[in-house]
This record gives sequence, structure tokens and C-alpha cells, in this order.
Amino acid sequence: MPTPLLEVQELRTWFSTSSGIAKAVDGVSFNLNAGETLAIVGESGSGKSITALSLMQLVPEPAGYIESGRILYGGKDLLDLTWEQMRSLRGKDLAMIFQEPMTSLNPVMTVGWQIREAMEVHGKYRGDEARQRTLSLLDKVGIRDPKQIVKQYPYELSGGMRQRVMIAMALSNDPKILLADEPTTALDVTVQAQILDLLANLQKQLGMTMLLITHDLGIVSRVAHRVAVMYGGQIVEQAETKQLLSNPQHPYTQGLIASLPTRARRGEDLYTMEGVVPAPTAWPVGCRFAARCPRKWELCERVIPDVYTAEDGRPVRCHLYSPTELDKTKSPAEVAS
Amino acid sequence: MIGYIIRRVLYAIPILIGVCFITFFLFYMTISPQDLARRNLSAKNPTQQQIKAWEIQHGYNKPKWQQFVDTTKGLFLFDFGRSDSVGGGKIITRLKQSWLPSFEIASLSFIASLIINLTAALIIAYFRGTYLDTFATSLCVVMMSITYLLYIIAGQFVLGRLMRISPIAGYLPGWESLRFVLLPVIVAVISGFASDTRLYRTFILDEINQDYVRTARAKGVSESLVLFRHVLKNAAVPVITNTVSAIPALFLGSILLENFFNIPGLGNYLVDAINNQDFAVVRANVFIGAIITIVGYMMTDIGYALVDPRVRLE
Amino acid sequence: MYALKSILCFSNLLPFVVIALLGFIYVRSKKQPLWAEAYRRLSKNRLAKLTLAVLAIYALIAFTESISWQNSRITPQQSIMDRVFTLAHVQRERTYSQPFAHYTTGEPHPHKLKGWHILGTDGAGFDVLLETLRGCHTAMLIGGLTTAIVTPLALLFGISAGYYGKGVDDVIQYIFTVVASVPSILLQISLLLVLGQGVVNICLALGLTGWVGLCRLVRGETLKHRDREYVRAAKALGVSNMRIMTRHILPNLLPIVIISSTLAFSGYVLSETILSYLGIGVPAGVGSWGNMIDAARLELSRSPIIWWNLTSASAALFILVLALNIFGDALRDAIDPRLRSN
Repeated sequence: MPTPLLEVQELRTWFSTSSGIAKAVDGVSFNLNAGETLAIVGESGSGKSITALSLMQLVPEPAGYIESGRILYGGKDLLDLTWEQMRSLRGKDLAMIFQEPMTSLNPVMTVGWQIREAMEVHGKYRGDEARQRTLSLLDKVGIRDPKQIVKQYPYELSGGMRQRVMIAMALSNDPKILLADEPTTALDVTVQAQILDLLANLQKQLGMTMLLITHDLGIVSRVAHRVAVMYGGQIVEQAETKQLLSNPQHPYTQGLIASLPTRARRGEDLYTMEGVVPAPTAWPVGCRFAARCPRKWELCERVIPDVYTAEDGRPVRCHLYSPTELDKTKSPAEVAS
Repeated sequence: MIGYIIRRVLYAIPILIGVCFITFFLFYMTISPQDLARRNLSAKNPTQQQIKAWEIQHGYNKPKWQQFVDTTKGLFLFDFGRSDSVGGGKIITRLKQSWLPSFEIASLSFIASLIINLTAALIIAYFRGTYLDTFATSLCVVMMSITYLLYIIAGQFVLGRLMRISPIAGYLPGWESLRFVLLPVIVAVISGFASDTRLYRTFILDEINQDYVRTARAKGVSESLVLFRHVLKNAAVPVITNTVSAIPALFLGSILLENFFNIPGLGNYLVDAINNQDFAVVRANVFIGAIITIVGYMMTDIGYALVDPRVRLE
Repeated sequence: MYALKSILCFSNLLPFVVIALLGFIYVRSKKQPLWAEAYRRLSKNRLAKLTLAVLAIYALIAFTESISWQNSRITPQQSIMDRVFTLAHVQRERTYSQPFAHYTTGEPHPHKLKGWHILGTDGAGFDVLLETLRGCHTAMLIGGLTTAIVTPLALLFGISAGYYGKGVDDVIQYIFTVVASVPSILLQISLLLVLGQGVVNICLALGLTGWVGLCRLVRGETLKHRDREYVRAAKALGVSNMRIMTRHILPNLLPIVIISSTLAFSGYVLSETILSYLGIGVPAGVGSWGNMIDAARLELSRSPIIWWNLTSASAALFILVLALNIFGDALRDAIDPRLRSN
């Protein structure tokens, strides 16, 4: 049984907006085991990025706030920490890289300075040591001429290079956990593969724990050991990557996988999922996927499903896996076309 | 850098010629020299000869284009000629006497304003979304709606007459002058506080919502360092733009302040010229104002290049 | 009979033309979704409605001062406001008197006042309330007329510079760089020295210096729109340049023009006070807040202090400018929430 390094329990992150409270993350629970890569997959608006930001407690204020939940790390609940205590963990124990390498670096400061700053705020490496380490970090993330790069400004670098710089910056204090929020989305396809391989290698080399946030189920097999699928601010299914891809249980996961282009299904029409994610200000009463679900029952629109255990022990949030057979047999709804 | 400055100076020449043309057009094409002479000659009913003599003395007898060339050449060589009014002293002598008090007031209030307003904006931005923020921004809108004139009147009345912080009016040269410019500088700073602070706050808040700020926070940088290191340097670009647009406002300020506090600077000279309908002096002032503004634009661009590595001087 | 004849003149017609124009713009714009949405947001904003009411009151006061006629050939031209004050038995006194006072102030032997003055009287014995309300007319006239000069100038130059580019752009940029290089107060002083004092001349001076800022804004916006698909599509369909500029680009610029005009309006009103202080503003005899405030700086050193003149004029000015600033901000937020200044 792997030991959980980070435990997230019933996390709720809400936003107060002009059209009501948006429950972007609404009861998310998962464990992050030491030395593994967990991928959280979901469409835009599913709450996956907000989940990652909640772990760092960097939810955009003042609209966003963590309503309730527990984030257990090192025997403590991170949500009980003061802002200052949390700050000393950021960048040191928990590091994060972001989706937009174009805008995520400060445009008016040199790359080297920004990496050194990450070390100097925590005091782990200083002065010449920090300088040396900056060069070796840049080398480690596959930048060929570190001495030249440290003197340059972000605008002088390509998107892929900037993302490598972001990774070097995140690794600078040997973090226990790396949160990668869509690290490849804004990049060219060829560069995407390089960055993913880099992340996978670094994770293996350094024995790091990684949380990868992505909308692209196609890339998870490359990097992740386990996958959590998010929909409507909740995790609907969690499983080992291989098992999830080969044997998806939740109708949403099944739909996602069916809509992936693969070599085996060449020439066939791709499956398309109808409809869009409902608005987080007005989640439906029942299952949040019900409106798009091809296997929904009448019950699905009335009652929100609990997390049930499927055959191989994986948690799935769907009435299909409810141990009580009663309701299902009684009133199945017409299968949506 | 030097190449850039040379190019900018060369580019300033056609602009200044344009400025000369505007003033020439205004003062020479719309009013006949006879009228000018009548307005400025001390005799009540000047004879034709007196008018002729005055025209010759001030160069108004030549053809129009010759006059334009002469005056423009004069302005470019800082040879402003004689004043049109009675006595007709050399303009340059008066300018030499009066630039220092104006410079004192303008530079002191410029620097003090920049520091005070930027600090205030940073503090307000730090407390963004709180009642302090709402209160401060509302106060700014209220203060912006008060006329400059009232700031001067109230400033003199409250600070000078009631609190006796400094002399009400007047001027003495040397270090003593600081005592006299204190009041005008305070008034200038207070009157410009609201609009600048509000604007700087917007600039800072625009930056605070940028992605790189989130990155800095994710690195564990403290909130105050985020604000004073990362945000401030980025917000400097729009702040610099705004300070340049303040240069013409400094002119307005010095004109009113000097006149009100009776300080013998350029502004006071200008007001005297307005009262005497002395076009030659007004013309010289317009030219100098244009030069200062153009130099201000140039310094902005240099400031950009110093602050923002993406800007190249070309 | 003579009164009826004298009321039918151009200056009395002007306010109605302005009202008709504003009404026309309102009705037309309401049909566009962007504006309909903006009006809906504005109507939910309580502060905006309050300031709009304040502005309407100012406009109404200005209106009563701008309609005037003669009763017969020998009586003076009197506005509605004059007539109201005459009906209320407000007459000219000898000199200063405090608000609600019965006797004059500052004379060794105070005289009994002929009437009753809510805001007192000034040095020449005029009722301060009447003068303040007159100043309101002057302020609205200056703000409105200057806007009427600035907006077409800026639109004409800004759109053609942005749309045609190249030579046209170079020439227009040269002109506005030259104008922008002179501190506007100096140019205004020069213009007023040449033109002479007068309300219309002030508007000319403010307008000829004020168009530069808006022109730069319009040029920049036009540049953005010029390369958008809808303009290219119109060009490809053979729509004339003139029509593209007036029918396609102009409507897209209107929000930004209207917002900046609202905010500039208050700037013009404030400028009037400064020009009046310099002695080249509104001529004496025309009610002006600038002249009233200017007079007050000498009155503050008198004993007893004459404060009511200064207070009335600056309060009237302050409320107008504050209302304009708040309304301008609200309008900006309503038209384009993305421009919202947090």
C-alpha cells in the first residue's frame, strides 16, 4: 500500500460572481502518493486548474475562496496554516508550473534573476551557490547554453524554452511535490512531446511526486501512473492509467476515450459527446453529467450519486455502480440518443 | 543611445518650426502691426510717425515671410528680441532672471508628487478590495472634482494664514527661496494627488492580475516583495508615460502658483505679458514650453528603454 | 406681441436643437444591442441614476437662462431665470450682505436690504444665488460647445489618419505633434489674446487645443478596426471608403468617444475657471464661477471674511464636475465591463 504524501479531502473552492456562487471545485478528494504522477483530466470548466491552485492556496482573490475541506500534508492541514506559513511552503515543498509560459515569467527581469529569486526567498541556496545551481538546473532541463540564457529576458526565448525555464525555477528548491497545470497546452505539438518527456524523466530521476493537470487524455499514458477524471467540479473516476484507458467505468470517461483518435480505429467516425459542461453557478440537482449521459436513469436527474466502488476497487461517482439494485431496476429512463 | 538622441533632436526641428508657424500665424496674421503699435505705445494718440518707428524697431515693417524667417531664426538661436510692451526690455534678460524660481517649484513638486502618489497608489493597491480601497478611490474622485484655483486659494488661506507654515507670498533668492516655494509646492502636490494616485492604482492593479505575479507567489515571494519588486517595475512603464503628460500641467501650475504667491518666475512673467498684451513675450514662452515638452517626450522614451528590456531605442 | 417676436431668435432655438439631437441619439442608439445592454446596466446603477438626475437639474437651470426675450422694444432682454427672480422680488443691493441677512456687510453704517438673499450678495450688490445659477449656464455652454468643436475635429482627423495611413497619417500626425508640443495652457492664452475675451472664444481656444488627445485615441482605435475582417469584407464587396468609415468604423468608435467626451466635459468646465482667473476668460457681466472664485481671493483677506461668494460658486462647480466624473465612470463600466477599473 503506497503512502499518501498529500491527502485532499472534500475540497470545495467557490467563487462569488455577479450571477451567484460558482462552485468550481465541489467536494474533491484524492490522495497523492509519494513518488507517483497523478493526472487530473477534465474539460475546461471542470475545476481541475482551480483544484491545483487551491493546493497552493493561490485561488484568485477576492472572488475565489476555499469554502471547506482538508489538505493534509506532513501531518498538518495546509488550510490551517497562516498566509506566512503557507508562503514558506510554496516553491519549497510545493512548486507549480503554469499553462502560459508566455506570460508567466516577469517580462522585465532576466531569466537567471528570476530563478535565483526562487532560491533566495527560501534561503536554501544563496549567492554563488545559487548562481551555480541556476546554471546546472538549466542544464538539467535541457537548455544548451545556460550561461547565455541566464542573461536573457523572457521575450527573447521561445515558448518551449520558457517552459523549460519555468520547470528549472520550480525544481530550484528540490520540491517534494510538483504541480503542473497544463504545462504543454500552449506549446507546439512537437515541443509538447519534448516537455512531457522531460517532466517524466525528471520525475523518475528525482523521485518527485507530480500532479499533472491536463485536458488531454491522450498524453496521460506517457507520464502518469494514475488518473483522476474530473467533471463538474467533482472527481468522477480514479484508476491506474492502464486500467482506466483500457476499461473505463464512468460513462463520461468512456465518452472521453471513445472520442480519442487512435490507430486502431482509423477511418471510423470519432465519437462526439453532445452538449457542454453545465454552469458552475447552477449545477443540476442530480448527477452533473446526467444531461449528456447516454446511460442515464430517471434517478440520475434527481439524486446526486455517491462515490461507489467498482469491480476492481476503483472509486466511481455513478449510480450504475450503486450497491443498491432497487432504484435502477425500477425506473430506467429512456436512453438518450 | 547617442544616435537616438541626435535623431530625436533632428526630428524636433520640424516640430518646432511648426510651433513657430502657429504662433506667427496667430500673432502676425490676425492682428495688423498698426493695432499692435497702438496697443503698446505709451502715447494716447500716437502719430503716424511714432507707429512707423515702433514697427521698424520691432521689425514689423518687413514682408510677412521675412518676418517669419527672422522670428523663427531668432527663437532657434534663443535670441527672443525685445518685448513689445512699454520699455521693451530684452526678453532673454528677464528669462534668465526668472527661470530658477519656476524650476525650483516645478522640479520639487514633480519629484514630491511622483514619490507620494506612487507610494499612496501602492498602499491602496495592497489593500485592494477592502473598505480602505473603496474609501480612498472615492476620495480621489471627490478631490479630482475640485478646481485647481480652489486648492490655491484654500492652500494659501489654511497653510499660510491660519497655520503660518510659511510666508504667504513673495520670494528671496538663494537658500532662503526654499521657504517661499514650500507653500506653492505643497499646493501643487495636493492638487495633483487625486488624479495621479487613482491612475497609478489602476496601472498597478492591471499588473497584479498578470500571470507572472501568480508565478512569483508560487515561488514563495512575499506579498510586499511581489508588489514592490515585480509589480512596481512593470507598472513603471505606464507611470512614466503619465508623468510626461504632467509636464504641460506643471506649466499651468507654475503660471497660477507664481502669480498667486507672487513669485518672480516664468509664469509670473507670462501673466504680466498677458495683461500687457505683450505678444513677443508670449511667443517666447510658447517656444520654450514646446522645447521642454519635446525634451520630456525624449526622456520618456529613454526611461522606457531603461525600465523595459523589450523597448529598443530606434 | 413684441415679446413673441423677440423670442423667435436663433439663440433661443439652440437649446431645443441640442435637446432634439440628444433625444435622437438616445432613441437611435437604443436599437443597438451594445447600447441597449449599457442602458440596462446603467439603470441598475443607483449612483449613476442619481448623478444623471443632478446633471438634468443643471441642464434645466441652464435651459431657463438660455431662453430669453424682450417685453417691448425698450425693456432689456430677460431670460426665464431673470423673470423668476424678479417675481421673487430679488433686487440689486448696495454691496455685500451675508446669507439671510437684513443689513449689508462691510459698510461703516450697514444699510437695510431691499430684499432677502438666500446666498447673500456680492460686492456689487448682486444676488449670489442668481449669479451662481447664471454661472451654471455658462459652464454648460462652455462644456457643450467645446465638445461640439472637439468631437468632429478629432473624428475627422483621427479616422482619416488611421484609415488612410501613409501620407495622410504623416500630415495629421505632424499637426497633432506640433499642437501637443505646446503646453495647452500657453496655446489657449495665445488664442484668447488674439481672439479676445468671450464665451465662444473660450470654447474655440479649448477646442483647438483639446482635440489632440481624442484624435490620438480615435486614430489608434481606427488602426485596430482597419485590419479587422468586417472591414476587409466590406472592402472586398466594393463599399466606398467614405461609407466604410462612416457606417462601419465610426459606430465602433462611438463608445470610447462618448466616454472620453463625458470625462473631458468636466475638464472644460474646470478650465474656464482657470482662464477667468488669468483675466482672459469669461468677460465681466456674464455670470461665471471662475470670475466669482477669482474675486473671492481678495475677499478672503477682508474682515469680516466674505466666504459665501466663494462657497456658492465652488460648491456649484464641484457638484457638477463630481457628477460628471461619476457618471463618466459609470458609463464606461456600463458600456464596456472589460474597461472596468476594478
